[in-house]
Amino acid sequence: MVALQILIDGFAISSLYALGAMGFTLIFGVSGVLNLSHGGIMVIAAVIGWLAAGDLGLGVYLGTLVGVIAGLIAAYVTYFVVILPIQRSKAIPRDENEIFILTGTLLWGIMIQVGLAYLFTDNPVTMRPLIDGVTYIAGVRVPKNEIMIAVICWVVIGLLWLLVNRTPAGKRLLAASINPRGLTLLGFDLSRIYFFVWGIYGLLAGVAGVLLASFLGVSSASAGQLTASAFSIVVLGGLGSVSGSLVAAYIVGYLETMTAYLIEPTLRPIPALLLLVLVIYVRPQGILGRR
Amino acid sequence: MTSLTRISAPRLPLLAGALLASVFGLGLAGPAHALGTIKIGVIGEDAAVAGTSITKAAQLAADEINAKGGIKGHKVEVITYDDHSSAADAVRAFQRAVNQDKVDAVIASYISEVALAIEPWSARLKKVWITPGAASTDISKHVHDDYAHYKYTFHGWLTSAFIAQSICDFSKDTLVKDFHMKSSVVMSEDAAWTTPLDARYLKCLPESGLKVLDHIRFNPDTTDFTPIYNKIEGEHPDVIITGISHVGVQPTVQWHDQRVPIAMAGQSSQATTSTFWKDTNGAAEGVITATAAGPGVAITPKTIPFIEAYQKKYGATPAYSGFSAYDDVYMLADAIAAANSSDGDKIVEQMEKTDYVGTIGRVQFYEKGNQYAHAMKYGTNYVSGTFIQWQNGKQVTVWPTNVANAKIKFPDFVKLPEQHAAK
Repeated sequence: MVALQILIDGFAISSLYALGAMGFTLIFGVSGVLNLSHGGIMVIAAVIGWLAAGDLGLGVYLGTLVGVIAGLIAAYVTYFVVILPIQRSKAIPRDENEIFILTGTLLWGIMIQVGLAYLFTDNPVTMRPLIDGVTYIAGVRVPKNEIMIAVICWVVIGLLWLLVNRTPAGKRLLAASINPRGLTLLGFDLSRIYFFVWGIYGLLAGVAGVLLASFLGVSSASAGQLTASAFSIVVLGGLGSVSGSLVAAYIVGYLETMTAYLIEPTLRPIPALLLLVLVIYVRPQGILGRR
Repeated sequence: MTSLTRISAPRLPLLAGALLASVFGLGLAGPAHALGTIKIGVIGEDAAVAGTSITKAAQLAADEINAKGGIKGHKVEVITYDDHSSAADAVRAFQRAVNQDKVDAVIASYISEVALAIEPWSARLKKVWITPGAASTDISKHVHDDYAHYKYTFHGWLTSAFIAQSICDFSKDTLVKDFHMKSSVVMSEDAAWTTPLDARYLKCLPESGLKVLDHIRFNPDTTDFTPIYNKIEGEHPDVIITGISHVGVQPTVQWHDQRVPIAMAGQSSQATTSTFWKDTNGAAEGVITATAAGPGVAITPKTIPFIEAYQKKYGATPAYSGFSAYDDVYMLADAIAAANSSDGDKIVEQMEKTDYVGTIGRVQFYEKGNQYAHAMKYGTNYVSGTFIQWQNGKQVTVWPTNVANAKIKFPDFVKLPEQHAAK
């Protein structure tokens, strides 16, 4: 009974983790940016979605859409306001770009967090479930919304797979992540590819944020934790490896769920973090990392 | 040219002294001046439901007092600070209020950890302060243990022990008597205020007729309550008795979305404000919490006018801490005006004489020597709190019976003892 409960609960939360982390790793793989404002962008999507669904009276579906669009806009703002100026700055030495981007996005994330807390308090917001009610799977009571969330996550993951593997634009993404210089030599404009990948990232983070709000609830205070969890999943799976972060998301999700059910809810994040330390020692490139 | 060189040499030692004083909080109190405007510092938490009610309600009280010409001719000025739910920020705000803004007294925080951090500073700076929302019994215990030192602290909300007692009294009258409930699981967030709360729960719930099957303390950072509810459900209690204040939305929404078939009652501080319905998208339906006062219920003649004025000014009803913060401004202003001085000791003397009918009942403080020295007296003749339940988007008052305006009604998914038996 508990085993089944863990299986079902772990699946939903892992799918959400996967969605959040895949965008994060995609950005890193293609443009070399580690975006530490990731959690903040997810929270923006959640809060705006909640606002649109409730206060603006758009209902849960339109609200979800508005939230996802807010995530997309937040991602582009991050790119154009924080990342591009750093990359183009002549004052910053080229080989220090990465550390400046890390710092820049970290500060940006804190600004988002504090700003949202100021405007909307740090109380968690929750979206109304997409479908209300519960159902029983082999005797285990499961909110229908939880199933819906897992399904949406997998549809989006499937679409992402199709995009990357079956469309020309996706193939350019893949190429950019393997050898950006080669792509430039072939006459492709890297900035357009970056624009494209930030759009995908924004949509993924937006969907993950809104779904998380309807599943567990999200507050501005979650921003740091969400960034940290995406970061550890991505490091575990291998920086830049999309399929690696998919696998890692499920490992982390299930490890956490098992800890919460079998040992103690308070210790939930600990084993996953221990595993991360272990992986860094034994296999620093991550589970499916290339280098 | 650095700015230091601009300061003429003889003033340097003075400056250094002032710096040291502010660092170590020595509070070089100026000569006692004739009382003009009464200044009250109010430290709240703008980003938290209960914390933001404190500063808003205090401002409302000051505006009202001034509109009526002040107290004994003294206007009341409220200076607000945000401690961001951090004890360190709160201590800095307290120091600033006392040393820089020269307030006569301070109202601060709904968080026990914050209150306990401010307490020694009020002792060092000899400045009267009152907490309108923190609950830990340690706050008044310090006053009892070392009165000479800590007498500047007043506890303007029920202590955790009394909150727990009121929940036990409520349970006995309603859950046990009307709903034939026999067993409970205590579920509290891990925080300073819940330690004495839980201790009293474990003692008084069985006395009220509710056996305690399990005692769960969870991390306030918990986001997924499914495993906790799962565990509780396996133990088949009739009711979950809560002790939550820092969290509220997530456990409530997940309780509802997962249709956890167990009633929920106790102290759920966020559920005391009217925005909780919107915050939970209506998942609050059926939740019962102890609070200061329910809407539309006149505990005293001041209750309803206050709720209406607050709602008119801020668009939502106050959290429990708003009621007490509002009363605290009146009580402090009265005491300061009566002392006719900014002197901490004189204000303490006046505060100890407080006998004030506020929005939540009649307020008196336990005397020196009592184990709850300077805490609000608990009891039906004083302040006993009321119990509200969320029903169809509204807070209705369900206890004490003499002020109740509705009967307790649980959502469909909650299985009550009779239904268990019928199964």
